[in-house]
Amino acid sequence: MLRRRYLLSGLLLLAILGIWQAVASLPGVDHLTLASPGETWRALRDDSHLLFSNAATTLLEVVLGLAIAVGLGAAAAIGMHLFRPLRDAAYPLLIGSQAIPVVVVAPLFVLAFDYGIGPKLAIVALICFFPVTVNLIDGLRSVEPELVKLMRSFGASRLAILRKVELPSALPYLFSGLRVAATVSVIGAVFGEWAGADRGLGRLVLLGINQLQTPRVYAGVVILMAMALLLFAAASLLQRIAAPWSRAELPA
Amino acid sequence: MTSSLEAPAKEPLSSSKATIVLEGVARRYPARRRRDEPVAALEGVDLEVREREVLALVGPSGCGKSTLLEVVAGLQDADEGVVSALGAADAQGRRRVCAYMPQRDLLLPWRDALGNAALALECRGVPRAQACRRAAPLFERFGLARFERARPAELSGGMRQRVAFLRTLLAGRPVLLLDEPFAALDAITRAEMQEWLAGALADEPRTAVIVTHDVREALILADRVAVLSARPGRVVAELDVPEARPRRRREVAADPVFAALEQRAMEALGC
Repeated sequence: MLRRRYLLSGLLLLAILGIWQAVASLPGVDHLTLASPGETWRALRDDSHLLFSNAATTLLEVVLGLAIAVGLGAAAAIGMHLFRPLRDAAYPLLIGSQAIPVVVVAPLFVLAFDYGIGPKLAIVALICFFPVTVNLIDGLRSVEPELVKLMRSFGASRLAILRKVELPSALPYLFSGLRVAATVSVIGAVFGEWAGADRGLGRLVLLGINQLQTPRVYAGVVILMAMALLLFAAASLLQRIAAPWSRAELPA
Repeated sequence: MTSSLEAPAKEPLSSSKATIVLEGVARRYPARRRRDEPVAALEGVDLEVREREVLALVGPSGCGKSTLLEVVAGLQDADEGVVSALGAADAQGRRRVCAYMPQRDLLLPWRDALGNAALALECRGVPRAQACRRAAPLFERFGLARFERARPAELSGGMRQRVAFLRTLLAGRPVLLLDEPFAALDAITRAEMQEWLAGALADEPRTAVIVTHDVREALILADRVAVLSARPGRVVAELDVPEARPRRRREVAADPVFAALEQRAMEALGC
């Protein structure tokens, strides 16, 4: 089964590469806007050191930003779950936070916090906070009322119900949120770097565009995609370890 | 017999001592729409359960059997009347003396069978490892040996229900309240589980109230059967079941005494 899935994914990828190559080889296609798969591959190979050392910076920003989002998101979700007035007050703000245009605020963050890793972490965390928090709140509320009733009949305290029943039930939901967050986190890091950075894949891609090094831009995008896929897989793997009773989808 | 459980052995066994008392109990739910009348689930329920007696509550669907059980368990409060269990008249006090087992097993999928059985003990502040140590000997006694480490998903419906019952037993409360414990099982497993529970209740004697819609099940398990009317639920008949427990299903099916009782119960139910 699994083998077949990988085979199908591989075939689809090959087909897309084929179409990409064909379009890139059409007469009249400007090579400054569309690099072929072959050119992208050569850029990946020749600039591998440059690309991967910058990718390491971006990956660090993404992973740390995600960790901050999970920490703050978990605290917010648990707080909102335990205190109804807090949920009623904070939920609209939570939704509003998702509408903050990251592209616009990123330069402001850089102005405020300098060129270092700080503003990138803030932007990644801002983007990832929402899916983590909303999913965790849903998860905490997904517990069957019957089960809560049973725990109350056993004399369990509110905190014991949270620890023994609600948090474990919410784990699969948290990982769903984490998978969504993992994929968008990469975009957040790139925006953060575009607003001002001295290293990172986002900055490299931006420089590549300005210097008309189109194959390098494509190579950077391919690495960013691979990074998102890797983070998604890592979140799924983590779910299998932490919540083996739930089913997690692994990417092909 | 020696028991690893906190059996309620302080008082001498006497047939007259009432453990659970209900007097004129009414429970109403607010109407869905404002101009409608509130829905009466229970109206004027009088009932007594003696110490170490097993009482079966039988009634048509939606007659308030489960509501009655939750009121006794202290998970709901009556709108009218007096409810007391071992002298505790407030909901919190009743929760302290009653162990409630819901219709569905509600086992936690992330815990193995032993961990699930230990849950009630943990809620009382017993550390996990110690709770599991206390639960372990019961697995042997109640036909669950070698299933300690199995996850709920790996257990059959009957097995899951046994674990759920052990969890209830390990709550260490003198009163057991079982809400249709076998409703979700197939007929063959249910028959098997009825005899298993009859044996378990003989082995670990408790004051117990069992809600069921199956008159035959009531006659196998209980010392007395209370028949409730359709909504709003009232007690319309109380039948004493002769002969000592535990009873075998086949005996109950063959004995004309039980057939007559079944007849009377069905009549009280209006069947």
